[in-house]
Amino acid sequence: MESRKTQLWVGVFVVVGILALFFIALRAASGTMTTSGDSYTLYAKFDNVGSLKVRSPVKVGGVVVGRVTDISLSGDYYEPRVTMSISKDYDKFSEASTLSVLTSGLLGEQYLGLEPGFIDDSVGTLEDGDTITDTKSALVLENLIGQFLFSQGNE
Amino acid sequence: MIQFIQSVGRQVLDSLAGIGYALAMLMGAIIGKPQPAKSWPLFIKQMYVVGVLSMLIVIVSGLFIGMVLGLQGYTILVDYGAEQSLGPMVALSLLRELGPVVTGLLFAGRAGSALTAEIGLMKATEQLSSLEMMAVDPLRRVIAPRFWAGVVSMPLLALMFSAVGIYGGYLVGSGWLGVDEGAFWSVMQSAVDWQDDLLNGIIKSIVFAFVVTWIALYKGYRSVPTSAGISAATTSTVVTASLAILGLDFILTAIMFGG
Repeated sequence: MESRKTQLWVGVFVVVGILALFFIALRAASGTMTTSGDSYTLYAKFDNVGSLKVRSPVKVGGVVVGRVTDISLSGDYYEPRVTMSISKDYDKFSEASTLSVLTSGLLGEQYLGLEPGFIDDSVGTLEDGDTITDTKSALVLENLIGQFLFSQGNE
Repeated sequence: MIQFIQSVGRQVLDSLAGIGYALAMLMGAIIGKPQPAKSWPLFIKQMYVVGVLSMLIVIVSGLFIGMVLGLQGYTILVDYGAEQSLGPMVALSLLRELGPVVTGLLFAGRAGSALTAEIGLMKATEQLSSLEMMAVDPLRRVIAPRFWAGVVSMPLLALMFSAVGIYGGYLVGSGWLGVDEGAFWSVMQSAVDWQDDLLNGIIKSIVFAFVVTWIALYKGYRSVPTSAGISAATTSTVVTASLAILGLDFILTAIMFGG
């Protein structure tokens, strides 16, 4: 009888441990598991990516549609190039879409805001491997202050 | 002067010999033909002693540490208007550091010391030698099930610790201090990475489990078979295991999150 009770307790122990794993995996970390479905790749060139990081979200109107997978310099002029992986569920973005580096809140993380453009007969959709050229760079505080001081000095 | 150098040499040789003995013990215990029919009941018994009996202290401390994290984190974050980051703060500190480390320390104190004392007493009362007399390998019969039970149960305990701690942080942060419930979970979900944080935390706890159980068993197995020797071995288990956890934690953190 003693050994059956022991076995029962060990079973409870293991089940509780696995439940804890599921609790953490689903409740605390599910955000990244849901984006691991089918995706396609887009590129974008910026003048300045600010403090954008790999794995930063790409959002359309606040809804996460993909993530930044790589940030590197490319081309002869060493322009920052961002590689994004966008969920296959959203594959009808117009070629006229614009991309900007935005900040969530005052102190928050930076993310990419995708602004879908119009769709027309003359405008196609973004396909796997396409590059978005119409981009707005991150605001750099020092540049802003510099511009402000400069404009003050002119008055 | 020569005596001093000699004593340094002796210390080094002794500790090298100790590492060698510990490795030999571990190899003797875990390498060999598996005999599931014989060792499974022993393993279950040790899972009960090592794992189930440590569950209460781990869950209670996890709950309180999570609650304290929630409270302390809130008072700091609210100054910056960033109290919605409470969720990731609690979850990341628990999953990455506190879960494995505090569970390891508690485990060393709760289960490791008990293992050392038990095996030390077996040695002092010559139970280990009588096993050998009966042609039963004490390494396979006594050490191996305890080792595996420790290695399996501590990661589970660390997971429970983190889960309960996150829930404790949620209780304090959301239930008491008024952080928005949806923000608490969703900001946490977007910040906690399944692989980077959860998996690395589990790897950490497996490493700690391995080290703590190994140290505890070795200290018991090599203890001086007297009552003073057993008490010294038990103390030494807790001290060595705690230091090993904290030192290894730094190395693992530097490897996993430093790069």
